[in-house]
Amino acid sequence: MIHEVVIGLEVHAQLTTRSKLFCGCPTTFGAAPNTQTCPVCQGMPGTLPVINRRAVEHGVRAALALGCRINAACRFARKHYYYPDMPKNYQISQYEEPLAEDGALEVDLPGGGTTRVGIQRLHLEEDVGKLVHEGSLETAQASLVDFNRAGVPLMETVSRPDIRSPEEAAAFLRAFRAVLVDLGVCDGNMEEGSLRCDANISLRPRGAAALGTKVEIKNMNSFRNVQRALEHEAERQARVLDAGQRVVQETRLWDAERGVTRAMRSKEYAHDYRYFPEPDLVPLRLDPAWVEEIRRGLPELPRARRERFIAEHGLPPYDATVLTQSRALAEYFEATVREFPNPKAVSNWIMSELLRALPGDDERAIAASPVTPARLAGLLRLVEDGTISGKIAKDVFERMLRSGEDARAIVDREGLTQVADAAELAAVIERVLAENPKPIEDFRKGKAAAAKALVGLVMKATGGKANPGLVNRLLQEKLARM
Amino acid sequence: MAAELTRLTVHELAAAYRRGDTTPGAVADAYLARIAALEGRVGAYLTVTAEAARAAARAADDRFARRAPLGPLDGVPIALKDVLCTAGVPTTCGSRILESFVPPYDATVVSRLRRAGAVFLGKTNMDEFAMGSSTEHSAFKPTRNPWDLERVPGGSSGGSAAAVAGELAAAGLGTDTGGSVRQPAAFCGTVGLKPTYGRVSRYGLIAFASSLDQVGTFTRTVRDCALLLGAIAGADPCDSTSVDRPVPDYVAQLERGVAGLRIGVPREYFAEGLDPDVRSAVEEAVATLRGLGAATRDLSLPTTDHGIAVYYIIAPAEASSNLARYDGVKYGLRAPGGRDLVEMESRTRAAGFGAEVKRRIMLGTYALSAGYHEAYYGRAQKVRTLVRRDFDRAFAEVDLIVAPTTPGVAFRIGEKEDPLAMYLNDVFTVPSSLAGLPAVSVRCGFSRAGLPIGLQLIGKAFDEPTVLAAAHAYERATSWAERRPAIA
Repeated sequence: MIHEVVIGLEVHAQLTTRSKLFCGCPTTFGAAPNTQTCPVCQGMPGTLPVINRRAVEHGVRAALALGCRINAACRFARKHYYYPDMPKNYQISQYEEPLAEDGALEVDLPGGGTTRVGIQRLHLEEDVGKLVHEGSLETAQASLVDFNRAGVPLMETVSRPDIRSPEEAAAFLRAFRAVLVDLGVCDGNMEEGSLRCDANISLRPRGAAALGTKVEIKNMNSFRNVQRALEHEAERQARVLDAGQRVVQETRLWDAERGVTRAMRSKEYAHDYRYFPEPDLVPLRLDPAWVEEIRRGLPELPRARRERFIAEHGLPPYDATVLTQSRALAEYFEATVREFPNPKAVSNWIMSELLRALPGDDERAIAASPVTPARLAGLLRLVEDGTISGKIAKDVFERMLRSGEDARAIVDREGLTQVADAAELAAVIERVLAENPKPIEDFRKGKAAAAKALVGLVMKATGGKANPGLVNRLLQEKLARM
Repeated sequence: MAAELTRLTVHELAAAYRRGDTTPGAVADAYLARIAALEGRVGAYLTVTAEAARAAARAADDRFARRAPLGPLDGVPIALKDVLCTAGVPTTCGSRILESFVPPYDATVVSRLRRAGAVFLGKTNMDEFAMGSSTEHSAFKPTRNPWDLERVPGGSSGGSAAAVAGELAAAGLGTDTGGSVRQPAAFCGTVGLKPTYGRVSRYGLIAFASSLDQVGTFTRTVRDCALLLGAIAGADPCDSTSVDRPVPDYVAQLERGVAGLRIGVPREYFAEGLDPDVRSAVEEAVATLRGLGAATRDLSLPTTDHGIAVYYIIAPAEASSNLARYDGVKYGLRAPGGRDLVEMESRTRAAGFGAEVKRRIMLGTYALSAGYHEAYYGRAQKVRTLVRRDFDRAFAEVDLIVAPTTPGVAFRIGEKEDPLAMYLNDVFTVPSSLAGLPAVSVRCGFSRAGLPIGLQLIGKAFDEPTVLAAAHAYERATSWAERRPAIA
């Protein structure tokens, strides 16, 4: 049977606030254990939560960018389960009245085309702490708790089951990450856990309307692992169904090392969360004027920017997609174009040279590139005015990346300027023709390719510095007279 | 002289300090001496902070000597219910599970009183986690009623009530969730106020039922009550449910009187089961208020009967959540011998919580669990709204409601073993708690056995000035406040 894969994602994004969601403790990653805690985030008796306005603002920004409806009044709720990394043994989250609902994200697919993934809801909640086991979980005599992360603001976004392949899931996550990073609400760092993803996946016969039994997959810590885990799980479910069996609704953990998912014991996830409205926080009423102000302050988002790059810079869609994968890269491109107004040439150089050295979605790396937009523009000008050849320019670019120098400085010091002196080149051509009778013979026999070989030989003799156009013209003249 | 000092009201102390008749140091010593002599019989305190009290009193002495007192509470000895967090001083909530807990911070009400110069004598006994109406459910000891040591002081704030009634503190703080200030105030014959929900910060009040808990006061006069409320009331950035409204000068508004005030008397509060002594005392009080110029009238609060049922769903539901944090991981008791996490937590909670607390955790967990959530918690919330509407309707027609605080007077220790009989003690205090309204209990007579009777005055939200002015007018028109318990 041909199965259709149906995937929905739940993404937890850590918001880039300076302080925690319900207290004033800092959120810096990697501090010594329990140094970023206070009675509130340690869940001490008698303490009360106070909502962080900035976290709400970040949530609203993201919700607006995703086209969600912002609920005029939302509430926090307590979600109960016992675990020692959770100081109160309940998590303050949102349940029946989330911050925002009903949005969508347009996602460009790797194979071309786009898909629209609905956003069911977006809400705020506090993160939990971290358990540190002495040795391994199996052998540890004691476990230690670090509450530095407890209370750090998280935004949970739940997509609708609109994703149709593991590849699409990864594309959705990349696009989603780019939006959050662009908005400045999340740093998108998956290694530090700033972005975490769980997935629901089910299979159904192609064309069927009803959804199949879904399985939840947890513990995927990179986009690549999300895709791998979902690919594995889709295959597993297909095998189950093809064997005439039924998929069991359960939660499975992705084991990246072994490349498989395994079922969690039902004890590990069968909770009755006993949600009820958090009585320590009053309902959050958002001033429509404030929401409007946030809307007006929204930056240009990746998709809008891509459209603009096509319209304004006349770029092919592929180039626009590559260049808008991060705001840093898009800004790099536009800064270069301002100084060297040939968008396609700039695009070619960025795609073929810059992105060979630096990952385009790494905001920090792009922003810190040793070849600044001004320097790249300088290099392109040298090519344009014939000072150096395109081939030499690629070498110069490599050197610029290593040394952070200006193109001009490298070209001058290394003597890489093109030889455009006709008399000088004529002498080299004489010498090359004298030393290579075979190509001349071939040329006379009508082999046009022989002329190209001769150009190459002349270029080689000049160490690549000769102006190829000039060499070609001089050589043609010489051969015509022979 | 020393015995006389502990008879003075807070206002009298402040005047005496200003005149130089006595000093905070002398008064603190007088109280500590009286505590040393009588505490063994009353059992009002779980911790007496004698050293800290003397040091605070000496600092107040210096301020009065420099003629720079901090205000009318400077040097006033106050008792704090052990549910309020005090930096560096054990705060047990009357529970084994918090026996070793020493908070690193002060509750907002504590820091406000500290800044006003109050001298804290210690932490008072209470029903464990404020769950109870007799202070018999303290994990450590019962507290006895100063009017009759064989009887309970009421609860859960029985320690503070007994301390103020027995002159073991000039004033005290308690907390009221379903009557835990008003009921012991009635049993011990003190003035006991539960302010409007949101009037006083809950930060540092160890939560029982968050949507109901409110810090309240125990004093010997209504005037002292007004003074103490003014000191602790007001918005707190650490408590989102505290309301940002100006705090009126409650003392300045005490003399407004009751002339022309429309007072309602709810007939449901005079139904079967009301002690005849209480009935006649309260009816007499209504007549007194009428004599002072109030227009009294009969009214109905039809949902009164449902109050207890609603309360015993909502309060345990919230409690089951609030008490989840006591797991032996972070602070307080950790029972030994657990082989894994679940065993460590269950052993700790089994050993650390008393029977009444366990009962309410189970009730609340059940009420919130899947499949029953809507039938219990959801339904209770709806009925709570109806209770609120009852009061809204009533307050469209009257300015104040008066009623008995409790159906009976202080009962004997051990008398009410059936939990339900105990719960029914709160029948007159629970509805106004569910509605978040301010209510005060003042002494309005004595039973034939010589036990105090409480008159409850319930006001509109944030209308403490009217509640206190009426209570003050009543107190001034009667001489009940003059009688002192035999223990003194």
